[in-house]
Amino acid sequence: MKFDTPAAKNPIDRLKVVGKATDRIDGPLKTTGLAPYAYERHDKVRNPAYGYVLGSAIAKGKIAAIDLAAAKAMPGVLAIVTADTAGKLEKGQFNTAKLLGGPDIEHYHQAVAVIVAETFEQARAAASLITVNYARATGNFDLAALKDTAVKPVADGPGGKPDTAVGDFEKGFAAAPVKLDALYTTPDQAHAMMEPHATTALWEGDKLTLYTANQMIAWSKGDVAKTLGIAPENVRLDSPYIGGGFGGKLFVRADAILAALGAKASGRPVKLALTRPFMFNNTTHRPATIQRIRIGATKDGKITAIGHEGWSGDLPGGGPETAVNQTRLLYAGADRMTKTRLAVLDLPEGNAMRAPGEAPGLMALEIAMDEMAEKLGIDPIKFRAINDTQVDPEKPERKFSQRQLVKCLELGAEKFGWDKRKGPGSVREGRWLIGMGVGAGIRNNLLMKSGARVRLNQAGIVTVETDMTDIGTGTYTILAQTAAEMMGIPIDKVVVTLGDSDLPASAGSGGQWGANNSTSGVYAACMKLRETVAQRLGFNTTEVDFADGKVHSGNRSIALGEAARTGEIVAEDTIEYGDLDKKYQQSTFAGHFVEVAVDAATGETRIRRMLAVCAAGRILNPKAARSQVIGAMTMGVGAAMIEELAVDKRFGFFVNHDLAGYEVPVHADIPHQEVIFLEEEDPISSPMKAKGVGELGLCGVGAAVANAIYNATGIRVRDYPITLDKYLDRLPPVA
Amino acid sequence: MDFDEFTPSRRGVIVGGAVTVAVTTVPAVEAQVPRKQTMAHIEKVAFEVNGKRRELALDTRTTLLDALREHLDLTGTKKGCDHGQCGACTVIVDGRRINSCLTLAVMHEGDSITTIEGLGTPEKLHPMQAAFIRHDGYQCGYCTPGQICSAVSVLDEIRRGIPSHVSASLTDQPQITNFEMRERMSGNICRCGAYSNIAEAMADVAGEKA
Amino acid sequence: MKAFSYERARTPAAAAAAAERTPGAKFIAGGTNLLDLMKLQIETPQHLIDVNGLGIDKIEPTPEGGLRIGALVRNTDLAADMRIRRDYGLLSRALLAGASGQLRNKATTAGNLLQRTRCPYFYDTNQACNKRKPGSGCAAIGGFSRSLGVIGVSDACIATQPSDMAVAMRALDATVETVRPDGTARAIPIADFHRLPGATPHIETALGKGELITAVTLPKPVGGTHVYHKVRDRASYAFALVSVGVIVQKDGSGRVAVGGIAPKPWRVEASEADLPRGAKAVAAGLLAGAKPTHDNQFKLTLVERTLGAVLAEARG
Repeated sequence: MKFDTPAAKNPIDRLKVVGKATDRIDGPLKTTGLAPYAYERHDKVRNPAYGYVLGSAIAKGKIAAIDLAAAKAMPGVLAIVTADTAGKLEKGQFNTAKLLGGPDIEHYHQAVAVIVAETFEQARAAASLITVNYARATGNFDLAALKDTAVKPVADGPGGKPDTAVGDFEKGFAAAPVKLDALYTTPDQAHAMMEPHATTALWEGDKLTLYTANQMIAWSKGDVAKTLGIAPENVRLDSPYIGGGFGGKLFVRADAILAALGAKASGRPVKLALTRPFMFNNTTHRPATIQRIRIGATKDGKITAIGHEGWSGDLPGGGPETAVNQTRLLYAGADRMTKTRLAVLDLPEGNAMRAPGEAPGLMALEIAMDEMAEKLGIDPIKFRAINDTQVDPEKPERKFSQRQLVKCLELGAEKFGWDKRKGPGSVREGRWLIGMGVGAGIRNNLLMKSGARVRLNQAGIVTVETDMTDIGTGTYTILAQTAAEMMGIPIDKVVVTLGDSDLPASAGSGGQWGANNSTSGVYAACMKLRETVAQRLGFNTTEVDFADGKVHSGNRSIALGEAARTGEIVAEDTIEYGDLDKKYQQSTFAGHFVEVAVDAATGETRIRRMLAVCAAGRILNPKAARSQVIGAMTMGVGAAMIEELAVDKRFGFFVNHDLAGYEVPVHADIPHQEVIFLEEEDPISSPMKAKGVGELGLCGVGAAVANAIYNATGIRVRDYPITLDKYLDRLPPVA
Repeated sequence: MDFDEFTPSRRGVIVGGAVTVAVTTVPAVEAQVPRKQTMAHIEKVAFEVNGKRRELALDTRTTLLDALREHLDLTGTKKGCDHGQCGACTVIVDGRRINSCLTLAVMHEGDSITTIEGLGTPEKLHPMQAAFIRHDGYQCGYCTPGQICSAVSVLDEIRRGIPSHVSASLTDQPQITNFEMRERMSGNICRCGAYSNIAEAMADVAGEKA
Repeated sequence: MKAFSYERARTPAAAAAAAERTPGAKFIAGGTNLLDLMKLQIETPQHLIDVNGLGIDKIEPTPEGGLRIGALVRNTDLAADMRIRRDYGLLSRALLAGASGQLRNKATTAGNLLQRTRCPYFYDTNQACNKRKPGSGCAAIGGFSRSLGVIGVSDACIATQPSDMAVAMRALDATVETVRPDGTARAIPIADFHRLPGATPHIETALGKGELITAVTLPKPVGGTHVYHKVRDRASYAFALVSVGVIVQKDGSGRVAVGGIAPKPWRVEASEADLPRGAKAVAAGLLAGAKPTHDNQFKLTLVERTLGAVLAEARG
């Protein structure tokens, strides 16, 4: 189905199932421990051998020699694979560094060997007996020191153009009566999903099956085939349950390739999980940024010039963190520019993490907006409202399909009690300094083609099949809701099968595009199924209604399952898009509100209240969508206050590489959180009239925390995370 | 390329000064490498899991977590970090919640172990499992079994009068409040960030308002 | 993890004797730190002596009016004991500020004292560490040292002792009781239990080979107001940046012990005379001779400010 004109009224608009707060259909399995994750496929693979990965001890250089003798002699060891014995391996399309290093080492903890043994204990012990002789080479590990060596990224990647300009920024900024020119930094961050990257690999002749944890099945099937040099049709991936991804499982990682190689070498199915202390340097991370923001405005608060420059680093051949992109769209202003620069670093591979670009970009931009509002003496919400735009500021003829940012902020202000906010450092409750902060969020709605198959049987059960993944997003449930709505049946008459590369290729889970596109794919397949059902039942297809488990036409009503009486009906289709995303700017918006308390003596900060008001098209399942948003808000608190991969700039690695060292928020950090979704349907977006929310929830929340800390203390910190050591000496004296 | 002789370790760690090019031999770990093969030590152990007696002969290195997951097919208990830093492996042993990753299976002779599979089933959910579903107290589901085992234990610990870091008084009976539950649940990390909903699920089960 | 043999000990003396007799032997009780380190091959015992069955898990009154805490008393049970809560509140508070509910249910009194450092370079076997591998150097010096020690450290090691419980025990003047392989007992004042690194950071305590902790005794209650404040990056389940424990009497005298800054729980009795003069004066004495790194010099300010807040709280 080609979607190239705005959606008219369609079967989803009945909203009998879609749009209702619905418990997850995978809930009973997940809460009882019966949902099988990648390392747990004893339902499919009996008696696997165990793989264990050895990582590089240096960040850059070469393996001069590797001695496997002691490890091979250990009891239970079945095979050891290194670059010497793996055969020719290509690099995947989506990988920057190789997944099995040697002789060249590209980053710390790059895999250099996989050990396969009868038991996990044996494999782990044997790995420790491998001796590697390295020739260490000089590397570059310090982004700040290398900032001036950063160059314009070669290609216009998916993140957009490295340089943009409208009007004359320098002139406009110079002429502005009120100006801000500030530098902000965000650190490297880890996805730190709870399920480590894991794969169970099984060879049957030339055919390879990987039970794995992966967000993007079709991409990754291709990259497994490319890396191993085998035909894509000989590769099957299966990821029905994924223990969190946040971008860290978008691509094929070492677990998948090394499990496959280990299984080949040992002649046994192999299960392999990356260990937690290994994940931080072996896999990908969100790259650190340095950002310069300049804003010029008239005295009454109208932005006349806005410029945002971002620097980040990655391995040779890698890409930038596109932290400036949202600044092209979020606020008005005649003279504008953005610039993205990329340095070469020999740290582990930088790549996408939830809301890549916007998350760190808004952490900076929305502090800058707060600072500018203060300079102007204008309330930060009013300042943002003054500079709202309903059109793409670079192409005024291009409208936003929907843009309710100001309403998000104004409704949020009302609900949050924003009018009680006082000046910086002026509210104290005992030893606590109290402050409120706001941040605006924007995240674009991306359109990706997405396929699905639906089957109807005689019992009236509809089965949805697609390679789409549920990474905690609620995909199982919203696809079931979509099929139920389309076919006029209750949700318990729908079965959803996901994550298998043998099923129709979907948009996958990433970039908050999953929900809108994958449900649209199911919509398309269901439209076909409806046609076939109507034909089988002998109805005039244009005047058929699907409701209450029946098909109605005129005064006839027949149970849906009747259509399949002579055999199961199967329909498959793919949603594809025209140019509506070119004609319109499609984005989602949020207003984030945070109240903090800062201990005036010790600087410890506690979040007291949080509210997000989101405008993100039709909300397919308010319960799951709310969870996406509160989860993102939680991640935003981590980003603002605690999360940082600490770089050892001498040896080139992330030092705090476990969950004790890389702290993420715990229960005690997170208060009750409120989320409000504005009424919105976006017919420009898809037949579902939906958009995404999973990343929007993270966009702007970090700055709202930062601005609240400023409001509480009167101390502005521009370097994340805002840990107490960065402002302790500026707090009031202890009595 | 195998070496016949084990190459002794020679370290050339450069600390502080500029790193240029150095050749270093780094064993995978620094422990002394035994020259002779060490066979695994196998020990027998018997304990009760979810009311059922289990007898196993295990490599002494096997953690309780791996015994459950790899030897008893009870994979509801999750391995998130294997180092006591996440809580995904939480099980209840003799009425107390522990991290099953940081205890050896052979140390549990005669113990009674309850895992998530023992709390309830899809057909007969434990009230806490039902509350997690009702309040959407999970997303990816991977930390969920540990969260639920902890949540059940936390309510029990409060009832038994065990104080916490946030109890205002050390000597008074602690109350089931949002603050108390959040502090006590902090050993269970949820990167999806379902905390706010988990607190509500627990309050629902406890019969209190979060 | 290297393969190891395993035995269950029957008596403390037998355990100690077995530990001396068996090459590469280690005791295991809660296991929450030892197994963590064994998985990374930082600890590589060839033989484990499970001491959980020794029965030394009671809290009993001493003739002197104090309490004798069995080595195997779990952190949860110690923190929840009503005598501890009432008379040694600092100890309850310190225990409850540490780790997580699950870990406290398993971790023992003796094991908590023997916790090894959380220095990230100690934890990474690719990095130089004099504590893990004597003579290899200290990669933490000049590296990421935000969480590491500011006082009592040496050119060989800047690691901190991570125990919260030990800070309270130091302020309470606890005594560590042990049994040696020859069956004799001895008592080690807590002040002498943890050693400063000097040139031998791998030697962390006063325990001899095979020596087993059997109990920790607390003198009779000293009264006063007990406050323990642990400052960390997140609100719970994290190691201290700095922790400050105080016992303040009505007359203004008191005791101060600090965690998170040194290779042992840090207390300078002489500085306590300055308590009536306030936090700044006490901190000056406590932290005299501190050698912070660029990353962790904030800890000096943080100790002083936290102490100020804690004293204000203790004095109501």
